[in-house]
Amino acid sequence: MDFLQPGTWSDALAAKAERPAAVPIAGGTDVMVEMNFDRHRPEALLDLTRVEGLAAWDTDDGPVRLGAGVTYSRVITELGDRLPGLAMASRTVGSPQIRNRGTVGGNLGSASPAGDAHPVLLATDAVVEVESAANGVRHISIGDFFTGVKRNALAPDELIAAVRLPAASGPQQYAKIGTRNAMVIAVAAFGLALHPAERRVGTGIGSAAPTPRRAPAAEQYAATALDEANLWDSRDPLPPSIATRFGDLVAEAAAPIDDVRGTARYRVHCLSVLARRTLLWAWAEYRRDETGKG
Amino acid sequence: MRVSCTVNGESHEADDVWPGESLLYVLRERMGLPGSKNACEQGECGSCTVYLDGVAVCACLVAAGQAQDSDVFTVEGLAEGELLHPLQQAFVETGAVQCGFCTPGLLLAAHDLLRSRPRPSDVEIREALAGNLCRCTGYGQILDAVRLAAERLADRPSTQLGG
Repeated sequence: MDFLQPGTWSDALAAKAERPAAVPIAGGTDVMVEMNFDRHRPEALLDLTRVEGLAAWDTDDGPVRLGAGVTYSRVITELGDRLPGLAMASRTVGSPQIRNRGTVGGNLGSASPAGDAHPVLLATDAVVEVESAANGVRHISIGDFFTGVKRNALAPDELIAAVRLPAASGPQQYAKIGTRNAMVIAVAAFGLALHPAERRVGTGIGSAAPTPRRAPAAEQYAATALDEANLWDSRDPLPPSIATRFGDLVAEAAAPIDDVRGTARYRVHCLSVLARRTLLWAWAEYRRDETGKG
Repeated sequence: MRVSCTVNGESHEADDVWPGESLLYVLRERMGLPGSKNACEQGECGSCTVYLDGVAVCACLVAAGQAQDSDVFTVEGLAEGELLHPLQQAFVETGAVQCGFCTPGLLLAAHDLLRSRPRPSDVEIREALAGNLCRCTGYGQILDAVRLAAERLADRPSTQLGG
């Protein structure tokens, strides 16, 4: 097995083009587990931790461009104001040691249906920036990124450069069900973003389908119901009936399985509760935040 | 491949390292530093916690080559000769050590907490130690140990956290 350690992005792309079977590694929180348990012996590891600039983020062009190598710990400490939903999700990842190493780019590379970042990325309309030496940069909207269980839309010669997220324009929430408060793979997870300027609600479901996915019918219902009741302008309390119906529609969008972490039926129930609660929490924040971002 | 890094302030080198092995394996089996413990090999238990360039990580999840030219700090660096670090002393006094297997990782995780939060609340201690499993103590004495060490270190503002 070879160990490739490029220092620049162009060298990394060249290495991936030459060795498409090389497995990219950043924090190692997924890749090293596969190796330690001898589940996977790639012909080469492509270490991205030395690539200059990959662990940086910036907001030069409006949205936050989050470099693939930025760790969860840094999302929490540096981006809690701009990306509150992603920071919330990051706080639920593993333990301090895992958050210190794991990256959002790695989460996207693994593309697990249970990836903690994914529901919020879906709810906030993230765009994944990928690149190859031969074909340059491609922008993949997050809804098109996950193609199957632990599969994504990357070509064999492509690497994930960054993910672009619009800076939050309204309250965001993330909630996750697990057996304890730390070190938990989600039994079910839900990300939610209010987009007051566009009068719509973004959703993302985790751990309850072959891929992370949106709940389009729930989004549509929320947009219509909130608009018809003039709630975006009045900022009146959210009628419980709207939150409940929203929760039910989110649950209907799921396609979970029974596994060691929970039954399909339980997951569906979890999602209806998580979606209802997160909408109520986000709405309560929207009402408080009259002079703010909304 | 050859891996060179600094461990507890001393230069170390290991030859014939297989690129897929972990920093933990390199420390324990190639550099003769068995303080960091090998248990779950998947980042669940925290027994292998070390500082990698000043950041607390699970050494089992760091590929050997990723540690090239890095500055590693392990539990072996905490005590000064026979003088235990205040955290180690507190673990001994409160009965926070039973079988001892989780102790090195817990010491590093607690050290990492106290250097950023010298007066942590109980919630902060629990949060900071959430990635470290102990099967013996029930955690009560471990929390006592961290509280005691925090108290002693904070009472002596001139004392460096050290290690």
